[in-house]
Amino acid sequence: MKEEWKWGTEDDYWVRTCAWSAPGCHPVGCGLKLHVVNNKLVGVEGDEEHPVTKGRLCVRCLTLPEYVNHPQRITHPLKRVGERGENKWAPISWDEAFDTIAEKSKELQAKYGQDTVMVIQGTGRNAAMYACPLAFGIFKSSTTLMGISGYSCYGPRCAIAEFVFGTGYPELDFASYFPDSYDHPGYEVPKYIIVWGKMPLTSNGDGFFGHSLIDMMKRGSKIVTIDPRITWLGAHADTAIRLRPGTDAALALAMLNVIISEDLYDHDFVENWTYGFDEFKERCAEYPPSEVAKICEIPEEQIYKVAREFATNKPSSLMWGLTFDQTTTGGQAGHAALAMLAICGYVDVPGGVTIGQPSSFLGKWRVDTRSNLAPGQFENRIGAKRFPAAGKSQWVCNPDITLECLETDDPIKIRMAFIQSTNIISPTNNVQPQRWYAGLKKMEFTVVSDLFMTPTAVAFADIFLPVATFAEMDGVVLPHYGRNPFFIGAINKAVDNPGVKSDLEIDLGLAKRLNPEAWPYKDAQDFYDKQLRASYDFGFDDLRKMGVYQGGYTYGKYAKGMLRGDGLPGFNTPSTKIELSSLLFPVWGEDPLPYYHEPYYSKYSHPELAEEYPLVLTTGGRKYTSFHSEHRQIKSLREIDPVAKVTINPVDAEKYGIKNGDWVTIENWLGKCQMKAWVTPTIKEGVVHCEHGWWYPEEDPTEPNLSGVWKSNVNMLLPHFCVGKLGFGSIYKEMMCKIYKAQGLDG
Amino acid sequence: MSKKALLINYEYCTGSHSFEIACRNELGIGLGKWGIKMLEVPPFQIDDDTWNWDNAPILTSLCDMCEERQSQGKDPACVHHCLANCIEYGTFAEMAKRADEITGKVYVISNQ
Repeated sequence: MKEEWKWGTEDDYWVRTCAWSAPGCHPVGCGLKLHVVNNKLVGVEGDEEHPVTKGRLCVRCLTLPEYVNHPQRITHPLKRVGERGENKWAPISWDEAFDTIAEKSKELQAKYGQDTVMVIQGTGRNAAMYACPLAFGIFKSSTTLMGISGYSCYGPRCAIAEFVFGTGYPELDFASYFPDSYDHPGYEVPKYIIVWGKMPLTSNGDGFFGHSLIDMMKRGSKIVTIDPRITWLGAHADTAIRLRPGTDAALALAMLNVIISEDLYDHDFVENWTYGFDEFKERCAEYPPSEVAKICEIPEEQIYKVAREFATNKPSSLMWGLTFDQTTTGGQAGHAALAMLAICGYVDVPGGVTIGQPSSFLGKWRVDTRSNLAPGQFENRIGAKRFPAAGKSQWVCNPDITLECLETDDPIKIRMAFIQSTNIISPTNNVQPQRWYAGLKKMEFTVVSDLFMTPTAVAFADIFLPVATFAEMDGVVLPHYGRNPFFIGAINKAVDNPGVKSDLEIDLGLAKRLNPEAWPYKDAQDFYDKQLRASYDFGFDDLRKMGVYQGGYTYGKYAKGMLRGDGLPGFNTPSTKIELSSLLFPVWGEDPLPYYHEPYYSKYSHPELAEEYPLVLTTGGRKYTSFHSEHRQIKSLREIDPVAKVTINPVDAEKYGIKNGDWVTIENWLGKCQMKAWVTPTIKEGVVHCEHGWWYPEEDPTEPNLSGVWKSNVNMLLPHFCVGKLGFGSIYKEMMCKIYKAQGLDG
Repeated sequence: MSKKALLINYEYCTGSHSFEIACRNELGIGLGKWGIKMLEVPPFQIDDDTWNWDNAPILTSLCDMCEERQSQGKDPACVHHCLANCIEYGTFAEMAKRADEITGKVYVISNQ
């Protein structure tokens, strides 16, 4: 990339940058050129020099000026002047906002203890990098979490990878570590790519640029999708396995059974680099394809076909999606999927999966901020002892137990909430948002930081802190949050908006008042400069000139002693090998081997409910036009996707008298919501898919309506605390419901 | 002067709408108007293993083939931003020749 990152005149210039929220997205770091005239963002252009995205942009970045310049953006801090829920505010200065928060937190913590202050983080936004350091290093509280049942977004997959592989996140090798991309000597595209419970084209999960799959398809990769829906990828796949939601672990074990019993696995890798193969083999034998085909409701031949093609076409690869976090035995499915990659010899090889280094940029600092807590405070955070596996791998509190803590004030009474970049009552993350609503209403003091006035801010906030978009801030983007960082990208401020601050700048402002020693940084540039120099021989200004820094990738690290602290060959696990049979799981009361059991709620586990609620409810499929609950104000995007949609198979639609475009109520014993029907044969018969994240900013923002946040709120239908033995897993993908025709959005 | 055209390798059009918004940004037109717009053949099953799901961008009267961008040596906005890299541009004759080389679903389109 060229050195120049800003060009033009003083009033009319372009700035090169890498995208990372806000507006929300994963840390993909897409390359952009921002056009600014008189300090106003007037245009965007994809940066053709960016080594991964090469000029391409999705509609969320293409509408960035509409987002940045939106008349409803909040551009100065606010304090509440009416009752909570009345949406009445007065502008205040940043100094007053910071002083108020500092005074209030100090007062409450002096009376009730450090942990009475809770930091809640959302997903995807770069705030996620700094939420734990905010809690630990500024408030000196151990009460921090993402309020999502079963930690069920990314965390469980990272934990399973850490336990089984001893590495960061295993990601499909898409040549993103190399400046010469797919042409890199020695790189080859995977022959088959299993895209499992994931739709990367729309989600760009955790830093993987989704349309890289199209690049690889053009270069010969064949796609297999495993999803209850035929997605666009499924319609263009070699095989699309449309399984019953929640049966992924059974399918993985049956495919492993085929690969092992037909002797299609990599003997050398299994013998030298895996642990527990014999007992693993026995477990897989308990899952014959004939039986599993019935469990998954799929043709038996598909299991054989995909298992054989995957194992015998080297290299092939596999992408595991949110499904592995959001199903009852998703953790076991994840263990099995990693085992498939391992026994076929696809780990840390070109065209297989890359594995992240054990530590990365920013990682040490984030760990070090825990030293601001008192002895024992971290170990005693909410739920850490009850779920020690999660306690070991996740720094946050247990989300399910935290909800109960909010309701019962046991083991502690939480009195202050700092809700950072999450619209927590919208149907985005929490199950049972109505219970979180009641719990958060009990706070004595609440801060919300966001870009727009959300239902969450109206309902709870005493102070509102306006957050900068990435066009208005300096920063760094790190794919996979450092757990498999293909590159480091510079985020360059293009527009000066003095009324707003980035999440990091907000933290710096609070740190100055509450714990300056722990955050000894002058400003954001100083922070990134020092952080970069701690890991590399360059600083922030150098990174700006590079655009992105790609460190390259060494394959076969396990054989070269590059994965373990002691420098010996092997993996960073207790057995020093990939653990097909886990040495850690039994310590925490879990089976060392993967297994399948029925979802918490299904026609087999709860036949008594199946007559009233015959359909499987699954949620969370992504759209190009939004990131979770964001982008609902952007008219260009709402023109494409105006309201929430429920996907229904034509057979089910006919049974319940529903036509394409009708309003539909989706209901079970926990609640109901309304969405418009998309009747299509792409969804498996007997399954409905409900979009998430919907609220309607054009509606009355005050209580009780709160911009219609309860109207399409599918999370109200999802039960609390349906987790596995390790504390991971949930039911977002596999609940029960019924549907019937409605009159409109209001029922 | 030769007629200008786009080639759409719609085998790979994922329906991302990027071309629609990139075009609108370039033309400076508002909601309800398009220079290029996606039409969709709704997904249907052909047999047990095969599905059909086609997205097809079509040019409106407002598309000027990004004359200004091309005069600056840039590619048209839809071509540049297409997530699937499935749009090419040139003269109709060049695109017709190119289409002949591409296996699978492809068309050449012009409004000139």
